[in-house]
Amino acid sequence: MAGYLVRRIFAALMILLGVSFITFVLLYVLPADPVRQIAGRSATAQTVENIRQQLGLDQPLLVQYGRYLAGLVQGDLGRSYLQRTEVSTLIASRLPASLLLMAGGIVCELLIGLTLGVIAAIYRGRPLDQGLMVTSFVAVSAPQFVVGLLLLYVFAVQLGWFPIGGYGTLAHLVLPAVTLGIMGSGWYSRMMRSSMIEVMRQDYIRTARAKGLTRGRILFRHALPNAILPIIAMIGIDIGIFMGGIVVVESVFGWPGIGQLAWQAIQRVDIPVIMGVTMVSAAFIVLGNLLADIITPFIDPRIKMR
Amino acid sequence: MKKLLCSSALVLSLALPVAAQDYTPDPNATPGGMITITYKDDVATLDPAIGYDWQNWSMIKSLFDGLMDYVPGTTELRPGLAESYEVSEDGTVFTFALRQGVTFHNGREMTAEDVKYSLDRVTLPETQSPGAGFFASIQGFDEISTGAADTLSGVEVVDPQTVRITLSRPDATFLHVMALNFASVVPREAVEEAGADFGKVPVGTGAFRLADWVIGQRLVLEKNEGYWRDGVPYLDGITFEVGQEPVVALLRLQQGEVDVPGDGIPPAKFQEVMNDPDQAARVVEGGQLHTGYITLNVGMEPFDQLAVREAVNMAINKDRIVQVINGRAVPATQPLPPSMPGYTQGFDGFAYDPEGAKAKLAEAGLADGFTTQLYVMNTDPNPRIAQAIQQDLSAIGVEVEIRSLAQANVIEAGGAGEAPMIWSGGMAWIADFPDPSNFYGPILGCAGAGDGGWNWSRFCDEGIDAMATEADSFTDPTAPERLELWSQVYQQVMAQAPWVPVFNEQRYTMKSARMGGDDALYVDPVSIPVNYDYVYVTE
Repeated sequence: MAGYLVRRIFAALMILLGVSFITFVLLYVLPADPVRQIAGRSATAQTVENIRQQLGLDQPLLVQYGRYLAGLVQGDLGRSYLQRTEVSTLIASRLPASLLLMAGGIVCELLIGLTLGVIAAIYRGRPLDQGLMVTSFVAVSAPQFVVGLLLLYVFAVQLGWFPIGGYGTLAHLVLPAVTLGIMGSGWYSRMMRSSMIEVMRQDYIRTARAKGLTRGRILFRHALPNAILPIIAMIGIDIGIFMGGIVVVESVFGWPGIGQLAWQAIQRVDIPVIMGVTMVSAAFIVLGNLLADIITPFIDPRIKMR
Repeated sequence: MKKLLCSSALVLSLALPVAAQDYTPDPNATPGGMITITYKDDVATLDPAIGYDWQNWSMIKSLFDGLMDYVPGTTELRPGLAESYEVSEDGTVFTFALRQGVTFHNGREMTAEDVKYSLDRVTLPETQSPGAGFFASIQGFDEISTGAADTLSGVEVVDPQTVRITLSRPDATFLHVMALNFASVVPREAVEEAGADFGKVPVGTGAFRLADWVIGQRLVLEKNEGYWRDGVPYLDGITFEVGQEPVVALLRLQQGEVDVPGDGIPPAKFQEVMNDPDQAARVVEGGQLHTGYITLNVGMEPFDQLAVREAVNMAINKDRIVQVINGRAVPATQPLPPSMPGYTQGFDGFAYDPEGAKAKLAEAGLADGFTTQLYVMNTDPNPRIAQAIQQDLSAIGVEVEIRSLAQANVIEAGGAGEAPMIWSGGMAWIADFPDPSNFYGPILGCAGAGDGGWNWSRFCDEGIDAMATEADSFTDPTAPERLELWSQVYQQVMAQAPWVPVFNEQRYTMKSARMGGDDALYVDPVSIPVNYDYVYVTE
């Protein structure tokens, strides 16, 4: 167990190192000069050169990367070129909102996806099942930008049940979380359905049925816990998918998370912020996968850690 | 005001006390109330030496003051922290007498030392101010920007209430420069205490002070009760909510949750709003000092031939492009927008004439047309405008490949001289100050034509440059001979056709029913997008 963990954590660190290098190189070769964004349109060539030197952007790529890494291992993410403040401050002020949104998204996708999946499995082959599966297909394919605006228009503008964007209360969280969760719920309902059908074919279910247990008890006590197992491991991977999704959802709902921060930084080549958000997101994705791997054996003893 | 400025130049060296109030306050204005304004993008910084964004420009105007200012809703200069000023005979020495008893938000009285400190700070290379270049005419600028000096030798504190600024050459735009945000007066002790984070804890002399700032969410300004201008501001405070999509901001405005959508009416919703009489009545339209243009790179074939540049100018159907943006602009004939002094009335530029354009191409030996690229910023409506340009040019046999990129990438390609054609939309020139010189130097002059510059057509004509220098050497910015000279400059530029001036965008802002104050305050040419100090609420 301990050996396994050490190996996994080492691998995770290597992945993060790789991510940092690739992102850094990509930003370096990007045909856009951050110095010109800082210097503005009335700057003299002298000013531009001064700024380039002060930021160390006149150094070769590897020197710049080395300096960045040296800061990174000490927890220093650098200063934003355009906001002129610590990147860590910017991320720290926005991360809680993103985590809350992701947690809300996970709850929504599980709630919607698992429920629909179980119902579809129960009514397998009948019109209800087919209808649900078409719905899940639409949910998976619908662009989040459209879903978000649609929900906003119907539930906030027309019905007035929820606030129109913003942040602060649980009511603010509902629509963005549902928007984020809808796509995943499509996947989950399909997986839950097939997993449930698979489990219902098992011998122990037949035994339970032969014992004369009620349908409800068979479904919820014997089938569901087993059918859910393969799905738990998926949640870790979801965190990665959500990191992409929050960029869109946060901008539609005015949710003050790191997705918005990343989007604005990319528009204006604010390299330290782009690097910072990328590293923090990558750390979450790696951590999510790591947790999924560690938890799975506890849920299902048949899977061994090696 | 214009008269006063004229006389200051003509009467020479005479102290001219300038009228303290030149704006008639709205008799219906009532003090009190909070308003809510939304923006899509974060407020990056409130440091007046750094801030250069759509969002923070007018916020900084309300938090800080400079020696000069503008009459609200107009482009007319008026004194700000300076009570009066004198100009020397040759136009190179400006002596400003400061107002007495003006205090910073921290309670300390503002003095001449603060003015000097602020000008040194904005020009020091460590500050990395995007506005440093505006101060190039002050004596000692070169020394401070190369690091040879740490103070501007041309800025002297005569006594605590008097500052004397010496220029190395006459600069007609100098008083406008003193009204820029970059010239705001800041207190040394507050800057030093905050260090690099001054932009997050701004301290100025302005009508409002910063009350609260939750990064990425909300920024609250509260009224400065001790503001030195009598009677303003009217509002108790302003809440800025950031991170709001313009479409969402409009929905919230319709629900009465927002008073002004800072990013305006989204193009996709414009027709819908204008078709609803109730909403259309709350839309304010105004001109702005903006020109949208296509640059033709004179350093690249075949745009090195005048006939080809003329052909492109004749091929563009500007009226149709204006339709693409729902008529929110007027077709342009020349680089300057119509509301800018120096604009040439009656100059028609190139008329839409595809047949004539084909003839011009034939004259250049390109009767069969050619293939080229058009760079454009990738946000709506710019790609749609690029398509209209593509169609117009296709009609004369020129095949255009559209390169739709992020803003920074287009700017980079333009600065590197790699782009044959660029549509300026989204990066276009909105004047920093209302003076014709602001449309020349960096974007049409030789100074901007090098690598990394903003003169994307790489147009450089020494003769026209010399005329521009002459025009800027006047001591009175509004002198008719000076404006005539600028008019000549732009007519001569158009004779060389390095640009296709396409349109001058109009500004459309919307406000909630309870907002009061002159419409001009909502389309203020300087305090963009709203002059917060003078608007009020009616309930």
